[in-house]
Amino acid sequence: MSAEHLCLTGVTRIYPATEGHAAVHALGPIDLSLKPGEFFSVVGPSGCGKSTLLDVIAGLARQSAGTILFEGKPVTGEVPDGIGVVFQEDASFPWLTVFDNAAFALRRAGVPDAEVRERVRHTLAFTGLSSFAQAYPAQLSGGMRQRLCIARTLVTRPRLLLLDEPFGALDQQTRLLMGDELLKLWRETGATVLLITHSLDEAALLSDRIGVMSARPGVFIDLVETGWARERDSRLAAEAGFGVVTGRLWAALRDQSIKALAMAS
Amino acid sequence: MTRAGWIRLALIVGALALLEAACRHGLVSRHAVIPPSRMIEGAWNAIAADETRADIWLTLQNVVLSLILSMIVGTAAGLMLHKATRFRRALDPLLASYYAVPTFVFYPLFIVLFGLNRWPLVAIGFLFAVVAVIINTLDGLARIPRAFVRTAAVMRLTRSQYALHIVLPAAAPWFFTGAKFAVAYSFIGVIAGEFVVSGAGIGHAIAFAYNSFDNRMMYGLIVLLFVLVGSVNTLLSLWERKLYARRAGR
Repeated sequence: MSAEHLCLTGVTRIYPATEGHAAVHALGPIDLSLKPGEFFSVVGPSGCGKSTLLDVIAGLARQSAGTILFEGKPVTGEVPDGIGVVFQEDASFPWLTVFDNAAFALRRAGVPDAEVRERVRHTLAFTGLSSFAQAYPAQLSGGMRQRLCIARTLVTRPRLLLLDEPFGALDQQTRLLMGDELLKLWRETGATVLLITHSLDEAALLSDRIGVMSARPGVFIDLVETGWARERDSRLAAEAGFGVVTGRLWAALRDQSIKALAMAS
Repeated sequence: MTRAGWIRLALIVGALALLEAACRHGLVSRHAVIPPSRMIEGAWNAIAADETRADIWLTLQNVVLSLILSMIVGTAAGLMLHKATRFRRALDPLLASYYAVPTFVFYPLFIVLFGLNRWPLVAIGFLFAVVAVIINTLDGLARIPRAFVRTAAVMRLTRSQYALHIVLPAAAPWFFTGAKFAVAYSFIGVIAGEFVVSGAGIGHAIAFAYNSFDNRMMYGLIVLLFVLVGSVNTLLSLWERKLYARRAGR
């Protein structure tokens, strides 16, 4: 593995013109490199291309220009092995139990039954879902369903975890607690995390580094190092340094958000 | 049974009792409507008669044939149309207005095409049912959440794994609705066809009883038909509820 876990150079995404619509330059050029085990967040105004960035890194969409190297290998419109993604929308399968949801990817990949059971049991314990193994997603709260989606991704042992506003639909208090759990998972798995969020607080609390994106076409206008210790949780919010970080994020974002609002209207 | 269920039952029993009383006291002409008790008697006589049993059996066979054909063709056509987006867009208004076409006018044509046998009837039932299956298949496929499609890509599922483990269960409720419509429409198509031009089947038996002023047989057969279609529908609904109860968190 190279010193950089993920390396983006000049990554650009342009949606080509269609009938009645001009081409849209959605993203880039973006340059970014993540170290193995780093927790990196991306904040930016609505519609700035945050999710597009995640899609091209995951290989769910193809970049129009530039290169993406994951563990030294190029990513080109196909999801590479070792990447896990959690989406904002609830993606738990309602027809499967919590256990079967978590086992889904392993079973499709032909992992032997005994190993599936072992890994799922471990992951459910890890995410606090053990006692709900036989429940169906409809019987869980929104926060637990999102936790299930995270468990379903973690069970595949991703080395790079991409999170697209996974707590976007949850209330503020649940979000804070889920953030704590995410930090715990991050420390224990050692995975590199890239989190897309619109919440400055969330980015400031969780990350080692935060990339601030401009209004469309999204480019990084600031990279903020938080300098937090690896052992941390939401109690950070009470510290003076936390206000400094969110203050800097907002200072960089304010004009861009005004611009994005004007573009939207 | 739920409270609503009891109220429903009371309404039906009440209406039947009212009709029974109205018929017996001459408020309704016996030549038009016979008392429900006589209808049930008629239904029993119909089941007891070999000839009517053969009619029922024939109708059921035709309904099942038209159901199977419409399910297979409708699902396949739905899958293909879902892929051919532009073609589908062109076809959409035609599908939406399909049930404005009186399919029965094609019956003479089908007799010319297939001969005087069961197939014109099966064709009518099929034509009536197939579009409901297509529409519901398309609906089900269109409603598969984008997050599921993306999750499948992240899990690097093969095409067949995607079809079997995501598309099928995710769209199952709509496939089921399509099947329920297909059952109802196959019955309507086949029986109405038998009613108009056929030498056998329940529809023909009803028409025959009507033409020979045999009110008891006619109403008996209608009651039988009610019970038959009602039971099939109830069984399907119970099965559906059992299948999806946990999914809906009940």
